[in-house]
Amino acid sequence: MPLEPATVRRIAKLARIRVSEDEVMLLQTELNAILGYVEQLNEVDVAGIAPLSGGAQMAMRLRDDVVTDGDIAEQILANAPDRAGPFFAVPKVVE
Amino acid sequence: MSLLNLTIAQAGDALAARKISAVELTAAHHEAMAALNPRLNAFITVTPELAHAQAQAADARIAAGEAGPLTGIPLAIKDLFCTAGVRTTAASKILEPFVPPYESTVTAQLLAEGAVFLGKANLDEFAMGSSNMTSGFGPVENPWKRNGSEAKLVPGGSSGGSAAAVAARIAMGATGTDTGGSIRQPASFTGLAGMKPTYGRCSRFGVIAFASSLDQPGPMARTVEDCAILLGAMSGFDAKDSTSAERPVPDFRAAVARGVKGLRIGIPAEYRMAGMSAEITALWENGAAWLREQGAEIVDISLPHTKYGLPVYYIVAPAEASSNLARYDGVRFGARVEGEDLIDMYERTRAAGFGAEVKRRIMIGTYVLSAGYYDAYYLRAQKIRALILRDFEQAFGTVDAILTPTAPSAAFGIGEKMDDPVTMYLNDVFTVPASLAGVPAMSVPAGLNAEGLPLGLQVIGKHFDEETVFAVSGALERAVGFTAKPQVRAE
Repeated sequence: MPLEPATVRRIAKLARIRVSEDEVMLLQTELNAILGYVEQLNEVDVAGIAPLSGGAQMAMRLRDDVVTDGDIAEQILANAPDRAGPFFAVPKVVE
Repeated sequence: MSLLNLTIAQAGDALAARKISAVELTAAHHEAMAALNPRLNAFITVTPELAHAQAQAADARIAAGEAGPLTGIPLAIKDLFCTAGVRTTAASKILEPFVPPYESTVTAQLLAEGAVFLGKANLDEFAMGSSNMTSGFGPVENPWKRNGSEAKLVPGGSSGGSAAAVAARIAMGATGTDTGGSIRQPASFTGLAGMKPTYGRCSRFGVIAFASSLDQPGPMARTVEDCAILLGAMSGFDAKDSTSAERPVPDFRAAVARGVKGLRIGIPAEYRMAGMSAEITALWENGAAWLREQGAEIVDISLPHTKYGLPVYYIVAPAEASSNLARYDGVRFGARVEGEDLIDMYERTRAAGFGAEVKRRIMIGTYVLSAGYYDAYYLRAQKIRALILRDFEQAFGTVDAILTPTAPSAAFGIGEKMDDPVTMYLNDVFTVPASLAGVPAMSVPAGLNAEGLPLGLQVIGKHFDEETVFAVSGALERAVGFTAKPQVRAE
């Protein structure tokens, strides 16, 4: 089922990417080409097959629940586009 | 012989014997970089002062008798590896101002060995591409040319800057990363050896994430042995990566000369695709014949779900990418575009910071993970991924390694295959299945096509059996005797 322009706009909204109306048309064509290509997966019988989520040939490793680093606030803030003292600054969220 | 044509192994011997110095070796590569990088655009950021200081430290270490095989060796580092204090962009405008406060584990291990970093190599934006055309910092030119033509060709991707730098003799080796073919396909396009190790062999800590269940760092160099030397330093357990394998690192270098006598090499019927060029078919047959002559047994095998590898990949990788790239919101790091409110800022920041291919993949990923479509797309793709892994496991019940072409074509022209995304995706048709299964795979230069461009063969091995992959690749390399050099190179 090909994507409608409204669906493209909804995906862009979910993905937090602003798109112009021209881009919606282009993306609709391109995304439909990709979704059309992956359609062939529907011909595979997957009954009873457990999904494979990762490439690792191992069980997830556990570690002790302890602090392993910290006290590096300046390093963490060093790349902030905007900051206010020891905080990241963002546009006002609450009136 | 020019310093620039030495292999890493030869340079290591010359450094150890004090015939050359690391400072001299690095300076020669800087000259090559100054002459060729403005044209090739293989590097996004160059760090000559840092490299000079590292070379001086390497010489001191060699003098003190504390050198390893990579001490003083000048390398290119794909700009996807975080390097402390050195800008790291992932070739994206959204990370243009980003200077990591920490070092990736792989690069930290290379630095601990005394390697010299020449700079940060160009790539497809966030490693999403097969041509280096999606870089936010401009395309990379392949140092190879078609016979009698000056047309600019792509170096492949996503590790295209790494490939071009090593092929043009600007760097002796490079780090790459491979999610669906991003080391192997550019290696094939530029006449290099390149290894994607087993998933979990090299730490992903500090490597900017694209698709976390597939991403794997690996080496690129002009010989198989050089790749083995690099991989020895790059791999090993890292507690900071939750999928890092807790296994000892074997002597990869020793495996290169092991030979293939008695090995069973599988030729998968499904890789013989409709429309495959006669040149690629002949190259593949030559490869099998060379291995047979050296004592291997060639066995026909079947990997029945091969054709579903690419469509599975183009669901799984964008799904993971859409999650991983959610962090680029203009708040904690990277570029920001101001907006009317917080959401508006996010949307404007991401619209301006991401290129077209990255946006496409984030949107496909968002869609296949969204309510109502998750089962039909993502869950189904994960199940077929399990079938692809099962294909390999069954094949490896009867063979020790698998031989295939690396890519369906030689390097193509800058601007070609850009008409629609799927045409570009087909570049990775032979490399993606091994990525989905997590098994190691290496591309080795196997000859030139009629136009004089390099073509690679791919050797795929069992999980954590890079040694056999190196053994088979080494045998192929010896049989091929690949001595061709690109037209654009430093001497």
